[in-house]
Amino acid sequence: MTRPSPESLAQRAAAQRSAPPAAPGAQSAPVAATGAQSLVKSLEALGVEVVFGIPGGAILPAYDPLFDSKLRHILVRHEQGGGHAATGYAQATGKVGVCMATSGPGATNLVTPIADAYMDSVPLVAITGQVARPSIGTDAFQEADIQGITLPITKHNFLVQSPDELPRVLAEAFHLAATGRPGPVLVDIPKDVLQAQTTFSWPPVLDLPGYRPTLHPHGKQIREAARLIMAARRPVLYVGGGVLKAQATEALRELAELTGIPVVTTLMARGAFPDSHAQHVGMPGMHGSVSAVYALQRSDLLITLGARFDDRVTGKLDSFAPDAQVIHADIDPAEIGKNRHADVPIVGDVKHVLEELITALRAETHPARDEWWAQLNDLRTRYPLGWEEPEDGTLAPQYVIKRLGEIAGPDAVYVAGVGQHQMWASQFISYEKPATWLNSGGLGTMGYAVPAAMGAKVARPDAVVWAIDGDGCFQMTNQELATCALEGIPIKVAVINNGNLGMVRQWQTLFYDSRYSNTDLGTHKHRIPDFVKLAEALGCIGMRCESAEDVDKTIEAAMAINDAPVVIDFVVGKDAMVWPMVAAGTSNDEIQFARGVRPTFDEDDL
Amino acid sequence: MSKHTLSVLVENKPGVLARVAGLFSRRGFNIDSLAVGETEHPEVSRITVVVNADEQPLEQVTKQLNKLVNVLKIVELEASTAVQRELLLVKVRADRPVRSQVLETVELFRAKVVDVAPDALTIEATGTAEKLDALLRDLEPYGIKEMVQSGLVAIGRGSRSITANPALRLAA
Repeated sequence: MTRPSPESLAQRAAAQRSAPPAAPGAQSAPVAATGAQSLVKSLEALGVEVVFGIPGGAILPAYDPLFDSKLRHILVRHEQGGGHAATGYAQATGKVGVCMATSGPGATNLVTPIADAYMDSVPLVAITGQVARPSIGTDAFQEADIQGITLPITKHNFLVQSPDELPRVLAEAFHLAATGRPGPVLVDIPKDVLQAQTTFSWPPVLDLPGYRPTLHPHGKQIREAARLIMAARRPVLYVGGGVLKAQATEALRELAELTGIPVVTTLMARGAFPDSHAQHVGMPGMHGSVSAVYALQRSDLLITLGARFDDRVTGKLDSFAPDAQVIHADIDPAEIGKNRHADVPIVGDVKHVLEELITALRAETHPARDEWWAQLNDLRTRYPLGWEEPEDGTLAPQYVIKRLGEIAGPDAVYVAGVGQHQMWASQFISYEKPATWLNSGGLGTMGYAVPAAMGAKVARPDAVVWAIDGDGCFQMTNQELATCALEGIPIKVAVINNGNLGMVRQWQTLFYDSRYSNTDLGTHKHRIPDFVKLAEALGCIGMRCESAEDVDKTIEAAMAINDAPVVIDFVVGKDAMVWPMVAAGTSNDEIQFARGVRPTFDEDDL
Repeated sequence: MSKHTLSVLVENKPGVLARVAGLFSRRGFNIDSLAVGETEHPEVSRITVVVNADEQPLEQVTKQLNKLVNVLKIVELEASTAVQRELLLVKVRADRPVRSQVLETVELFRAKVVDVAPDALTIEATGTAEKLDALLRDLEPYGIKEMVQSGLVAIGRGSRSITANPALRLAA
C-alpha cells in the first residue's frame, strides 16, 4: 500500500469539510448586522419557513428583526407546545423543525419536547435566549443553565460566545440536526450577543471535525447479509422509524417484494410499509399483533432496519427471538449491539443499505418459504386485531378510531398522544404512506398530540390532520388550540374521552387488583372540563358524540369544516382495554390475545 | 470486570470535559481516574480515562463517546504497549529519629523530596499505580499526613502517534 503524501492528505481533509446546507442563491457578501439580525438572516439563509416560539426578556432582541422577516413566526401559548409543534412539523416533512424561547423558564419548558425529539430522533433546532454574558453564573433573573440541562437530551448544544459565531453555529446546528441519526440541537444565545454589532455573511464554513456519520455500508457486510437472507427459512424484515427518517420506504417495498419476506413495522415505523400489503404481518411489541410478535419470536433471521430493539418491542430481552440470527442496519453505530448482539452489523444510511441489498439479491432465485407464510397467515386469520363490544352499552373507543381512519382515509395525517388511544390508533387505522402517523414513541410524552398536529398542519396545510388524543393528554396541552384558531391552523381533534387515565387504569385492573388509585379524571362523572365548551372557549368548533350511530356523522361533520379547528368529545367506555398485550418485563412468548387468553400455536410446525 | 485506559482526543473547547464525564455517569460507569491536558495541537485536548468495565459495556460507552460531536478520536491503550504514569505528592511524618529511613525509601523508589519541614517531608513520585502503591505501603508506618494523586496519563510505545491522523483535520 502506498502511503498518501501530505498534500493528498491535506486535500482529502479539506474535501471533508462539508459545505453548509445553504442554497446557492442564498450567498451573501459581508454586511453589518446585530447579532439578532445575523440570527434571523442565518435562519432565512438556511431555508427556515416557520418558527414556533414565545418571546421574553433574553430573546427579545431577536424578535425585532423577526418582525420584518419573511419567516413565519407562530406565537404559541406554552413553550412545550412550540417544541412539539416543531417536532410535528419535522416529522410530517423530514425538514428541521425550529422552536424559540427565552431564557430560564422559557428554556426549561422546552426540555420535554427536546427529550421527546431526542428519543424519537427528530431533527429539531431549539433557539433560546440566555442572560447577558457578564451575568452568566450569577443566578441572574431568568437564568438557567439550559446547555447543562439539555446535555443528555440533545444530539449537541451550543452556548454562543460571540455574535461573529452565529452564522456558523446555526449552520452547524441545522447540519447536525438533519444528518446522520437526526436529533435535537439547542443553540443558547446570550442577550448581549444578540445586541452586539457583527458582520453577517453567508455561507459560513462548518467546523465539525469530530462529526463524520457513516452513510455507505461496507460491501462485505452487505454480501454477508445477502448470504444469510438467502439461507434463512423464517426471515423477518424488522422495520423501525429509521426507514422513514431515511425516506427509504420505496426501497423497503422493493426489497420486501423481491425477497417475499414478511414485514413488521414498529410503532415508530407505521406507514413505512403499507398495512394493506399482503406481506405486512403487523406491529410487533407490547401491544403488537400476535402474528407480528410471533414472527419475531420464531424467526431464524431478523433483518433489522433502522430499529433499536427497544424494550417495548423485545419484551424480556433474553427470551426475545431466541433462534434468530440478526442483521442490524443502522446509521448510529452505538445502536448496533446495544441490546442484542448483531451477527451482521451494518452501519449506514438505511436507504443505501436497502439499495445495496437489492442489488446483491436481485439476481437470486428467492425461495417461497411456504411453510413460514402458512404459519403466519394462520396466526393472522385466527388472531386478528379486534375488540369486544362493551357490556355496559358504552361506546367502544376502538370503533371510533377505526371509523375515523376509514372516513379520513390514508392521505390524512394522524397524530396521537400517549396511552390507550395511541395504541388503538396504531392498531385500527390502516397506514399506507410515510409521514401519516406521528406519535411520541420513545419518551411517551402525554400532551404531544395537539401541538404536534398543529406543527404537522402548518407543514402540510393541504392535508387533513387529525389529533387523536385522550382526555388526560388533551388537558396537558390543549391551550395550543387557541394558537390554531388565531393562526388559521384548522386541525381536527378526536378526544377519546374515557374519563380516566386509561392506560394506567388498565394496569391497575390487571396488576393492582382493580384498585383505581388516582386515575379517575372526573371528565365523565362531573364533565369537568366540558370539552365542547372548552373547545368553543378556545375558538374552535366543539362537538360531542356518545353513541355508535352518531360516530360517522360526527366525523363527517368535522371533515366538512376546513376553516376552523374542530374538537370532538367522543365519550367512550372506561373499561375497554388494549389487546394483545405482553406484560412489562415478561417474554413475548407470554403474549395474551385478550385477558387470560393465550394464543395456541401448532408447536410442531414452529 | 477489568481496567481499561482510554485516550480520548477532543476539541479544546469549553464544556467538553463535562460532556465526556457526564456521559460516563449517565451510562452507569465509574471513572477510576481522569486526566486532561492540551496536546501538541493547541486546539486538541487529550482526556485519559481509566474505567472498570466488561468488554461489551465498554464497547457501548466508546461508541456513545464517539457520538459526542466534540470527540475526535478514541484509542484504548493496552498496558503492555503503552507507558502509563501517575504522579503522587505525599506528606510524611519524618522526625529526626526516622528521617534517614524515610529518605532511604525515597531513594529506593527513585522519588524525590520537594519540601522539608522540621517534622515532615513532602515526597514527589511518578510511576505506575502499582509502584506508587508500593511506595505508600512503605511510607505508611511513618505516618502519612496528607497525599494527593493525579489521574493516570498514558502514551503508546513506539514511533506511531495517535494524533497524527488526517481524520483529525488538524491545521498543519
